Amino acid sequence: MSDIVLKTEDLGISFGGLKAVQNVNLEIKKKQLYGLVGPNGAGKTTVFNLLTGVYQPTTGTFYLNGEELKGKTQEQINRKGIARTFQNIRLFNNMSVIRNVLVGLHNQKEFRCNPFTSLLRLPGHYKTEAKMRERAKEILRIVDLEEERNNLACNLPYGKQRKLEIARALATNPTLLLLDEPAAGMNPHETEDLMRIVRKIRDDFDMTILLIEHDMKFVSGLCDEVTVLNFGTVLAQGTAQEALNDPEVIKAYIGE
Amino acid sequence: MIKSILKSDDFKLKNCINYIVVIIALVAFAVMQSTGSLKASYMNLLVQIGYSVILAVSLNLVVGFLGELSLGHAGFMCVGAYIGTFISIQLHTVIESKVICLLISMLCGGLLAAFFGFLVGLPALRLKGDYLAIVTLAFGEIVRTVFKNLPWFGKAMGLSTNAVKFTKKDFPLFIIVFITVIVVLFLVQNLVRSKHGRAITAIRDNEIAAKAMGINVTYYKLFVFVIAAFFAGVAGVFYGHYTTPVMYTFFSYNYSIEILVMVVLGGMGSINGSIIAATLITIINYVLQKELPGDLAALKFLIYALILIGIVIFNNAPVLAPLKEKLSIKGLISKLTAKNRKPEDILNDPAHWDKIPTKISMDEVLSTDIQQGNEYTPDKPVKGGN
Repeated sequence: MSDIVLKTEDLGISFGGLKAVQNVNLEIKKKQLYGLVGPNGAGKTTVFNLLTGVYQPTTGTFYLNGEELKGKTQEQINRKGIARTFQNIRLFNNMSVIRNVLVGLHNQKEFRCNPFTSLLRLPGHYKTEAKMRERAKEILRIVDLEEERNNLACNLPYGKQRKLEIARALATNPTLLLLDEPAAGMNPHETEDLMRIVRKIRDDFDMTILLIEHDMKFVSGLCDEVTVLNFGTVLAQGTAQEALNDPEVIKAYIGE
Repeated sequence: MIKSILKSDDFKLKNCINYIVVIIALVAFAVMQSTGSLKASYMNLLVQIGYSVILAVSLNLVVGFLGELSLGHAGFMCVGAYIGTFISIQLHTVIESKVICLLISMLCGGLLAAFFGFLVGLPALRLKGDYLAIVTLAFGEIVRTVFKNLPWFGKAMGLSTNAVKFTKKDFPLFIIVFITVIVVLFLVQNLVRSKHGRAITAIRDNEIAAKAMGINVTYYKLFVFVIAAFFAGVAGVFYGHYTTPVMYTFFSYNYSIEILVMVVLGGMGSINGSIIAATLITIINYVLQKELPGDLAALKFLIYALILIGIVIFNNAPVLAPLKEKLSIKGLISKLTAKNRKPEDILNDPAHWDKIPTKISMDEVLSTDIQQGNEYTPDKPVKGGN
């Protein structure tokens, strides 16, 4: 069972009397592409917020590689290896593309450099800066943004901003990557390109990826396993074909 | 290795220009002073400019780079001025040289102010925006009231600093102040242009995303607050060594706001802007107080306010933007290079899109898009979100 990266046990949260998410049990294996789908308001993003420490679960708990992460702060969870992108893009808009990725690299052990080394410009500062820049360029190359590295993030077109967000999350060196609607607002051509990039990230980094998406073509073409949420509870679970053809799921989406 | 260091941002002319300007000013005034052609009142003005620059640059760290509004900067300066100068006076009974007393008290005053910054920052930085502004404002007022009532600091008469005040016979204080300005600039710019500076600006740009990237937000907020307080404390020590007495009335919230005005006028997040604005405002203040003839002297506050309003309008009114562009150095340079650029190049360069006047040129942008056969992609996701 050691190849299970993320395991949630009865994960749930209620805001006052509203049970936003209840009894979510997920088991995501290493290198798996796992989809989380469901109609609007089903609680998908809330699950992401629970997994990244934005909200603390009121019931249940979750484990990353067997280590319980419940009760940790966002910063701690990120350092333990869960990185995410946001549904409504949250880039550092006034920074260049490469600086966005450099912020993602901030916490890694190989790029340690205490503030006083930087303040006094000791040789260690220049060494880490050069190393960080090299690494950031490598990561940007994966999402085809190397050419754009000196442009401001807010000047990028929408599709590229989405890719940059993925690159920034990747820079934190996660074991589990959470993508919140990565293909939203993309045209079919861009979506296809994104599918290629997501697969490439999975293969090159041995990454486990959990993603929320409304584009069913994207989900069924990419994900090995899917969980469907509705009104905060799990409606169906299984391979993409099984789960999406479940009559309950079709009912939830289209109605009777 | 050395090549890569020399190629790094630190050694670009654009980023060194402020050191060069300050050093040239320092040398020029030092020469004038040694030939005796510098009036004593101008030497005082130079000291004022020096510590104003330190204050403005350090407040810019908090307001411009971290993005938190602090209105208690004069409070930290007050700590440095009272305690630092007090230590200096005590030291002077043992050590003859005023310069050594000043250097030691600079360190002590700065560290104590930093300690206060830590104490205030620890609870206050959980607050945001207006609330933090109110807490820091309250801190500034509390500090000066406490110093007014403590028995060792001269109570309502102020702390008399005659013993350590730099006079004409001593080593010129402005030289020490200017050297400190260079050191402060060096440290602040190095901080801003490092991975730590990136983390700080990331917090300003999007705190939620910064947290999700694993950046320790509390640590960096506190770090910036403490460093800014340290420099404010050092500035306070200089204040205590050029004037007497150190009066609690000077450190009122009015002065905190004045420092904030320097930062805002110079441009938040622009260190060079802070330097220029601090210098200008100090000179304007000096001229209005000392050099206004006769009846005009009664109107000095009115004139000061009018000048400030004028500068703000000039900086921000969209109507005056073309005039500003024409007058600025950047505008001159781009005018010289613009002849070689074709209009299509500018349209295709994303860096210029926000500068293109929308009315006419958005159509052009769209039409060039259509010509190139690009599909128009909407800004917002079409599908509903969760």
